[in-house]
Amino acid sequence: MLTKQFLRIDSSILRPLIALVVMSVALAFASESFATADNLFNVMRQVSVNLCISVGMTLVILTGGIDLSVGSILALSGAVAAGLIKSGLSIEGANLHIGFTFFGVVVVALVIGGALGWFNGQMVTRFKVPPFIATLGMLTIARGLTMLYTNGHPITGLGESFEYLGTGWFCGVPMPVLVAVLVVVLFALFMRKSPRGRYIYAIGGNERATRLSGIDVKRVKCFVYTVAGVLSAVAALIVTARLDSAQPNAGTGYELDSIAAVVIGGTSLNGGKGSVWGTVVGALIIGVLNNGLVLLNVSPFWQQVIKGLVILLAVVMDRMNAKDQQ
Amino acid sequence: MATDTILLEARGVTKRWPGVLALDGVDLKVYAGRVNALVGENGAGKSTLMNILSGVYADYEGALYLEGQPIRFSTTAEAQAAGVTMVHQELNLIPQLNVAENIFLGREPLNRWGMIDYNRMHREAQEWLLRVGFTHDSHTTVSDLKVGDQQLIEIAKALSLGARVLIFDEPTSSLSEVQTETLFGLIEELKRDGVGIVYITHKMDELSRLADYVTVLRDGRLIAEHRVQQTSTEEIIRLMVGRERRDLFVKGDHSKGEVALEVCGLSLEKKLENRTLKLEDIRFAVHRGEVLGIYGLMGAGRTEILEAIFGLHGAEVRGTLRMAGVERMPQTPREAMDMGIALIPEDRKRDGLVLGMDIARNTTLASLADLTTWRSIDRKRELQEAEHYREELSIKSHSVDQLTGELSGGNQQKVVLAKMLRTAPEVLLLDEPTRGIDINAKNEIYKLIDRLAAEGRAVVVVSSEMPEIMALSDRILTLSAGRLTGCFKRNEFSEEALLKASLPTA
Repeated sequence: MLTKQFLRIDSSILRPLIALVVMSVALAFASESFATADNLFNVMRQVSVNLCISVGMTLVILTGGIDLSVGSILALSGAVAAGLIKSGLSIEGANLHIGFTFFGVVVVALVIGGALGWFNGQMVTRFKVPPFIATLGMLTIARGLTMLYTNGHPITGLGESFEYLGTGWFCGVPMPVLVAVLVVVLFALFMRKSPRGRYIYAIGGNERATRLSGIDVKRVKCFVYTVAGVLSAVAALIVTARLDSAQPNAGTGYELDSIAAVVIGGTSLNGGKGSVWGTVVGALIIGVLNNGLVLLNVSPFWQQVIKGLVILLAVVMDRMNAKDQQ
Repeated sequence: MATDTILLEARGVTKRWPGVLALDGVDLKVYAGRVNALVGENGAGKSTLMNILSGVYADYEGALYLEGQPIRFSTTAEAQAAGVTMVHQELNLIPQLNVAENIFLGREPLNRWGMIDYNRMHREAQEWLLRVGFTHDSHTTVSDLKVGDQQLIEIAKALSLGARVLIFDEPTSSLSEVQTETLFGLIEELKRDGVGIVYITHKMDELSRLADYVTVLRDGRLIAEHRVQQTSTEEIIRLMVGRERRDLFVKGDHSKGEVALEVCGLSLEKKLENRTLKLEDIRFAVHRGEVLGIYGLMGAGRTEILEAIFGLHGAEVRGTLRMAGVERMPQTPREAMDMGIALIPEDRKRDGLVLGMDIARNTTLASLADLTTWRSIDRKRELQEAEHYREELSIKSHSVDQLTGELSGGNQQKVVLAKMLRTAPEVLLLDEPTRGIDINAKNEIYKLIDRLAAEGRAVVVVSSEMPEIMALSDRILTLSAGRLTGCFKRNEFSEEALLKASLPTA
């Protein structure tokens, strides 16, 4: 029975998985530089950012919600992290200067991400703002705060620890990839095993029935937005480290890539159905697609068109599948 | 029979779904000016057949004949144009539009500028609404209306289409008693006008009241067509279930224990979208081993009593509960469950189950704590637990990892029951426990309820079906307009007395 359960989960990501393999094989033939170690590691490093965000997005979408603010939360927590590690925190009136270690900065960034996500969650649960609007508000709030904090200028030169996070290796794995893998494994287990993971699925499947089963739906929902915020901050640390600088416009449009990864990975936008593993495949498809289009010298304008078409294709196939099952 | 002319006839209609034969060579006749009641257990194929008659499904084998001419509808619009219209049970109205706009949706009367002629539209709508006994204005927004009124609009819409054949799918399930009377009057009128009517129902008393013919389907096959006068309820039930004698539910004899729950002065006033929900000073006690029935007409507050006890109305409820000497009013379902109270809600698809999840996950949804170690659900034990309840309640499924959305109504209800039993309740609140469930499954649920009481739990059952509540209960409370109006012991039960006590007083 357990194997059967495995098969059921596998079958839902089978289609994106086949698509990923077919794309990769085709690219290996079409471009000499695709199937090289250098390039593949490069793809994985790029994917790791989107993947961290997308794992959080998966949780949100599984409850039937959406989070548009991930890119802006990324920018703000990245900028604050960079600012703090570079020049610390000065309180002028008190003539006080606090320096930050790398770990201190990591904690602050995660707290900022979590706090903004929690705010989203409060808007959605307590004030009953539709998730689309609540996180759209946060999208511009966090972007504006980033601009205020950075004055619109990048913060560069962040020191060795950041450099190691961005470009270092650990046991033969690039650090960003390692972080993403940890996030994926942690949340895949969480969704699969923990009661709260189960409740996330249940809420997406039938929120009323879940509430009548004695589950604190508001708390679970608030939790998923908080997680999405924290994971955006994790992604922020990777982005900032890889560039060795925090850009005020970092993360613009990341919500789209992340929603795309979730949807291509087979998670239903209505909630209740999908998995973190599906999102991994979805994020890899987006990553390979981006990389392949660059390698094949497709113009950036066409790249956008193609990416949009792939997303639509994924949703159309999902819809047709749902229709077949009726 | 020779006197009745056949308006619409289905011959040898077969409909296949992947892996399922939904209809197997079924014949059906619709007579001008007569009501042909279509009965059968859930899943017998009634809805499929009606969907073919009304043009929803276009791919089927067999043929339809309208006044002797072969005809084939590929859309509902085609069927409507030919005069065949179905009044669906689930409402297909647009809540944001008003009554008249809904009735004329897609065929609005236009003035000479090509704009909607609202005056004419409302005038004509009013005429149809008057016939169905709809008492509100045609300018009322549909979302402000109760379900029963919305059903009337559907009927008015069907009439306005000039239907010669009308198909009703359990129209009275959401109607009040008054509205039901009006509908019956309307159907008599339609019969006089020569309209052919197909009437799907589960209520046996409606047959003798309304129908001229009764057609019985079972497992996708036509079992019989009889004149109602030449048959009996027992005969029809026998044909529906296909068994000579059925073990009818007989209530077990078990003794009443101490008081399990005392409800003290429960009051609630809450404004909803289209009505005010009201409970006034509700007081009663229910004992271990007892089944307490609560009977009342629609809108009397039956469901609300159970919801309030289960903590669903939170701080808006005044009054308190007394259980095992402790006085406390639960504010959330969790608190109620911790006190030992469980609710099996009326609408299991909406409130009871996560249909996209399997039986096991639904069974444990309210009680994962004891299956969790290190924040991790023990799936193996979960499956064992679910299997235990599957056998205990005889839930028919191929395994506990079958999705609950694939189960029949009765089995879905048992899964909801399993979920709540796993919280080890001392008091079980059941809201319309057999709504939309076929006769066999109903009997099973009755036995189950009886057994749960016999095992020492206190059971409160709300039902709008008089025979059901009389068969099940040790004691019945009647409710009218948010107040308890009567209390009847088992030897005092009679339909007349219960109904009289639940009618609102002026």
